[in-house]
Amino acid sequence: MSESALLVNHLAKTYVSPRGTVTALADVSFRVAAGEFVALVGPSGCGKSTLLRLLGGQLAPEQGAIEFPGWPRPPKRRLVFQEHSLFPWMTVLDNVAFGLEMEGVARQERRAQAMAQLTVMGLADFARHYPHELSGGMRQRAAIARAFVTQPDILLMDEPLRALDAQMRLVIQDELLSLWESTRPMVFYITHDIEEALLLADRVLVMSGQPGRIREEIPSPFGRPRDLTGRTHPEIEDLKWHIWTLLEQEVKRLLQVKSK
Amino acid sequence: MAAFALGWLALWELAARAGWISRLFFPPPTTILLTLGRMLVTGNLAPALALTLYRLALGVAIGAGSGALLGWLMGSSRSVRLALDPIVTALHPLPKLAIFPIFLVLLGIGEASKVALVALTAFFPMVINTLAGVQQIDTTHWEAAANYGARGRALLQRIILPGSLPLVLVGLRLAVNGALMVTIAVEMLSAREGLGALIWLAWQTLRTEELYAVLLVIGVLGLASNSLLELTSQRLLPWKGET
Repeated sequence: MSESALLVNHLAKTYVSPRGTVTALADVSFRVAAGEFVALVGPSGCGKSTLLRLLGGQLAPEQGAIEFPGWPRPPKRRLVFQEHSLFPWMTVLDNVAFGLEMEGVARQERRAQAMAQLTVMGLADFARHYPHELSGGMRQRAAIARAFVTQPDILLMDEPLRALDAQMRLVIQDELLSLWESTRPMVFYITHDIEEALLLADRVLVMSGQPGRIREEIPSPFGRPRDLTGRTHPEIEDLKWHIWTLLEQEVKRLLQVKSK
Repeated sequence: MAAFALGWLALWELAARAGWISRLFFPPPTTILLTLGRMLVTGNLAPALALTLYRLALGVAIGAGSGALLGWLMGSSRSVRLALDPIVTALHPLPKLAIFPIFLVLLGIGEASKVALVALTAFFPMVINTLAGVQQIDTTHWEAAANYGARGRALLQRIILPGSLPLVLVGLRLAVNGALMVTIAVEMLSAREGLGALIWLAWQTLRTEELYAVLLVIGVLGLASNSLLELTSQRLLPWKGET
């Protein structure tokens, strides 16, 4: 188990459109160990989502390879999306049970498991509700429940808290950490929030765009198990500043390009 | 609203009885209602209504059913969509009544040609709306479904069918309304029985109060079918919030 990992080697991906070729990713390489929580920060349009869909198997790489060495069977990879990914035509319970249903778990069993997950997260009262009856924060928590209940080996999260306000984020970040501590899947967490990346992850990969590549890899100063109560650490401001200097030029360039 | 309608009817009644408008072409509402009552009790209204409903129901079942199936197929398979989309687009705007003579040649003057035309009318709104229903399913939902392992039958049952259902039901409503119109029209053109035939007979014999009575029945029929479909929609789509 200790050797199993996600290995990304010289990954590249280009999109061909009528207006030309866009290199989304150029020569991206990194390694994530099983049970590790890794965050990826980068400016909009740097190829973060493309990378996540490659890792999830939704897209096929053009060059390079994504390997999963050391797993007894192909690892189960499950995605958590930005928002509105619950199926509006299913109740919260059926949504959370959906992954289990597709794996062929019997109806009663999957409902019991989904209900247990909802109970852990304090959402049991909303099991029979439809997503439109829930707040954005609750919907996103149910989407996280849907992923965790399938006990994935690798959890791929695409800015899951992006659409939520700052206060909701603080609460859900805490919850996410305790969920992760209890089952310890590998997490690959995409965000544009530098602080969030440092607070949640063991390591932060800083990505720059056009074409997307990994600029630097930064270990988080926080230990495990992690308590976010204070959310301060002597090093954290320095690290935030350091990551920002890596990204600043590019964000400024992006804005100039857009304001032209 | 109701008061306005009643006032209008009272004015009509008064105008017709006072002779300000022609009683032949605009018989007073009370006469129409009495005629309707008489036709219901003694006349051939009930069998005509039954026959029209039968043609409508059979045509809608065949046309809307096959339309929905084809819509789901086109929505699920890119190659089927690319192959059939031009044909559907080309045939859809054709006025269905204009094709009726060809159906008469092909299927004879019996029930088959009438039901076929009703079915064809119901078919197109159903294909188009069902396909649109599948296409408006959010990209994220397709991605989530694929990532959690949905494919084949499970994808159809859990994602494609329920996801497209709101627009399928809109399509069904358009199909029923169009089909009712064409059923009556076809009966006026070539049937000896049915509500459309009754209207035509009443017109040719200048029994206009009967004409209005049948119109009233058709109006109620349209109202009833639409309310029924609306109710069905609300039952089948509890996940559609009030907007």
